Amino acid sequence: MAISLKVNGVSRSVPAEPDTPLLYVLRNDLELNGAKFGCGLAQCGACTVLVDGKAVRSCITPVSAVAQGEVTTIEGLGSVAKPHALQQAFIDEQAAQCGYCTNGMIMSAKELLDRNPRPSEGDVRSALADNLCRCGTHNRIIRAVLRAAQSSGRT
Amino acid sequence: MNAPVFSRRKFTAGLGALVVGFSLDPKLALGQDPPRLPGSLQGNRKLDGWIRINADGTATIFTGKVELGQGILTALAQIAAEELDLPLTRIAMISGDTGRTPNEGQTAGSQSVENSGTALRMAGAEVRAILIDLAAKRLGVTADQLTVADGVVAAADGRKVGYGELVAELDLNREATAKAQPKPPASHKIVGKSIARLDIPAKVTGGVAYVQDLRLPGMLHGRVVRPPRYGSKLDSVDEAAAKAIPGVVAVVRDGSFLGVVAEREEQAIKAREALRQRAKWTLGPELPDPTRIFDVIKSLPSKDATIGVKQGTVPPNARTLEAVYTKPYMAHASIGPSCSVAEFKDGKMTVWTHSQGVFPLRAELVKALKLAPAAIRCVHAEGSGCYGHNGADDVALDAALLARAVPGRPVRLQWMRDDEFGWEPYGPAMVMRAKAALGGDGKIADWEYELWSNSHSTRPQSTDGTNVLAAWYLAEPQKMGPPTSPPQPAGGGDRNSIPLYDLPSQRVIHHFVQDMPIRVSALRTLGAYANVFALESFMDELAIAAGADPIAFRLAHLKDPRGRAVIEAVARKAGWKEGEKGDGTRGRGIGFSKYKNLACYVACVADVEVDRASGAVRVPRVWAAVDSGLIINPDGLTSQIEGGIVQSVSWTLKEEVRFDKNGILARDWKSYPILTMPEAPKVEVELINRPSERPLGSGEGSQGPAVAAVANAFANATGKRIRDLPLNPARVKAALA
Repeated sequence: MAISLKVNGVSRSVPAEPDTPLLYVLRNDLELNGAKFGCGLAQCGACTVLVDGKAVRSCITPVSAVAQGEVTTIEGLGSVAKPHALQQAFIDEQAAQCGYCTNGMIMSAKELLDRNPRPSEGDVRSALADNLCRCGTHNRIIRAVLRAAQSSGRT
Repeated sequence: MNAPVFSRRKFTAGLGALVVGFSLDPKLALGQDPPRLPGSLQGNRKLDGWIRINADGTATIFTGKVELGQGILTALAQIAAEELDLPLTRIAMISGDTGRTPNEGQTAGSQSVENSGTALRMAGAEVRAILIDLAAKRLGVTADQLTVADGVVAAADGRKVGYGELVAELDLNREATAKAQPKPPASHKIVGKSIARLDIPAKVTGGVAYVQDLRLPGMLHGRVVRPPRYGSKLDSVDEAAAKAIPGVVAVVRDGSFLGVVAEREEQAIKAREALRQRAKWTLGPELPDPTRIFDVIKSLPSKDATIGVKQGTVPPNARTLEAVYTKPYMAHASIGPSCSVAEFKDGKMTVWTHSQGVFPLRAELVKALKLAPAAIRCVHAEGSGCYGHNGADDVALDAALLARAVPGRPVRLQWMRDDEFGWEPYGPAMVMRAKAALGGDGKIADWEYELWSNSHSTRPQSTDGTNVLAAWYLAEPQKMGPPTSPPQPAGGGDRNSIPLYDLPSQRVIHHFVQDMPIRVSALRTLGAYANVFALESFMDELAIAAGADPIAFRLAHLKDPRGRAVIEAVARKAGWKEGEKGDGTRGRGIGFSKYKNLACYVACVADVEVDRASGAVRVPRVWAAVDSGLIINPDGLTSQIEGGIVQSVSWTLKEEVRFDKNGILARDWKSYPILTMPEAPKVEVELINRPSERPLGSGEGSQGPAVAAVANAFANATGKRIRDLPLNPARVKAALA
């Protein structure tokens, strides 16, 4: 059966069962690489996307649950040629080692900056408390989010 | 027959008509012992195995080392660009492909800059010299009248010739001589700069960056069903329910290996669950009693070696101290479970893998799949960070077994979270016993140290066995190879067990425990994390007994000027106050090592805060000073040191693979928690650049010093010492009770 959803501003129809986790639809049907499978249990945050501006774990969100919503993935923020302030800040701070968690960090940070454009370091740490990083890149990630907040404030 | 022996292979996919020469055994080739070449040139001696100059003036660089998120391809590109006098934008890196690159074994042990980097440095200098000679002939001048910039050779009269124009006359299918002088560090323009990592833009924008992102035409999705515990045998499985799930293409069973292939990923996951519920197993042997694990390890048969012996006389009035330390099993715990894509087509298997060693992996696949080496190609594609031997190689065999059942269709297999936690080879549990005599002068008069550990290397390319998981569960099961331990001075379980301090009398005994009740292998630093924890904790215990400041005590026992320099630098940076005591909840500590006793020097100072009521330990700050010789990429080095510190704090405060007799209990991030963003220490790193010294491996340099600094800070804060890792609330409360 087919199910419709709107991702990064474009309406799409995919041949998936309604209970299919959104993550697999994004990665396999829509060929969007950003959201990552990390645990399938909503514990690590690697699969984070925004649904109507709210950070959700796409690994446990059935695709049917977002049929009415607007899904934004990291591809929807910007590109290598035209990066979003957060993406640019992660490049500027070299805030990735393996980078597998980066999608979740940026998407959770996007939600934070949308509701709190001037976060403190503590705000950033709290907002990313459920996003796990294994390479120990934490300090750079925090700096990148603070840098993005500053650069967004200037424009 | 002294005819040169080498194989030539043509690969057309993706690279035009590239021809790479591989030299086989150089003795066969030359009929005599060939000259020793530096770094990995020794085993891969042809220049065109490393460097190819293209007609468009770009260079393609081949390395057997692979990107693991440590930034190695950027560092190697810097080295090649520097020596070739090419801008980085005209360098393309090809890495880890059994069809195309040199065989440099595993990307492990912080050796890539030392081995592959040295090879590229020497080969790059030689290729540049060859190009200048060709240009000199073309321009009718002598080589010393020419200058090179950005891949263009220029004569004094303004005539120029680009590298690309010289390609027709350029023959790099020749043995490297290593006679060309690499550039002196003072003239480096690219090496030594904090070049931004080449792989990060794709990683922050959803580009194709990982093997997980590979999407081939007609690709299917696989999943595997692992047994309830090690050594279990699959008696029967009712496949009907799984096969009834729409999209399921095949259920694959070979002995006790069980997997499924489906059109869609979620279908494969549902089928996996259906199979799991219906599989009947004869359980393998029970695991040891976790409360007795360290006694069990000490009681198992071991091969014992005495190392680092210095004979001295112990003064009669010496005081003796003794302490026993332990480290539990720890997981690599990659954020992304291991993944591989395999395709079996026309009798040939291609495996895309995030293995640390594509050639060693291929050697195991040859045995497990009973295919000829020429029929298997392993191609590296990046995965989630691995930090050593995780499930990367195992999932590659799993994917190949599934792909073999559906010829002509690629199969992508990503392990589920519980596959990774339950089946990866952990870093071994270890016991360390230290004993020392303190002389009347307050200095160490005698040192005795023993450690008990399983193997830290059960990696692929076993000489007598097959070191990939599924091979042990096939209908014709293969056996795991014998445990191995890298020899001293690098060592395995005994890595960093010999003190770098100048002690008059010492002995170290490595009890290399042979039986392996729990599957283990290489976790970042091998034994160094545990040994530096024990050794540097004990140094603090001795300093306290001698009434000395921990840093002054270390310096009193250390002549190595580079070691002294990092200790002194970190003390300055952290504002260390001699003899400062903790206040019951806050304290600070130091830890130091020279990784492997032959790589980078790192000293760390950590602050801790102890919540005496809850037993929680927080590490708000860590400072580090690092001497890694000639620095290739300062920011990349800083990033590795920072990351190692934060990871080490996570290991030290939280991590332990729990198990009971029925099996492994670590299955997800709740049963194996790691450090979170609010808990991560702030880290400040000071680099000491030594341009005249060779570059030293650094990817594993900070874990040991960091654990020691935290453990010593806890003791400094509370006056109580914890000798068993991790420093979790239960241990802290027990220590403070």
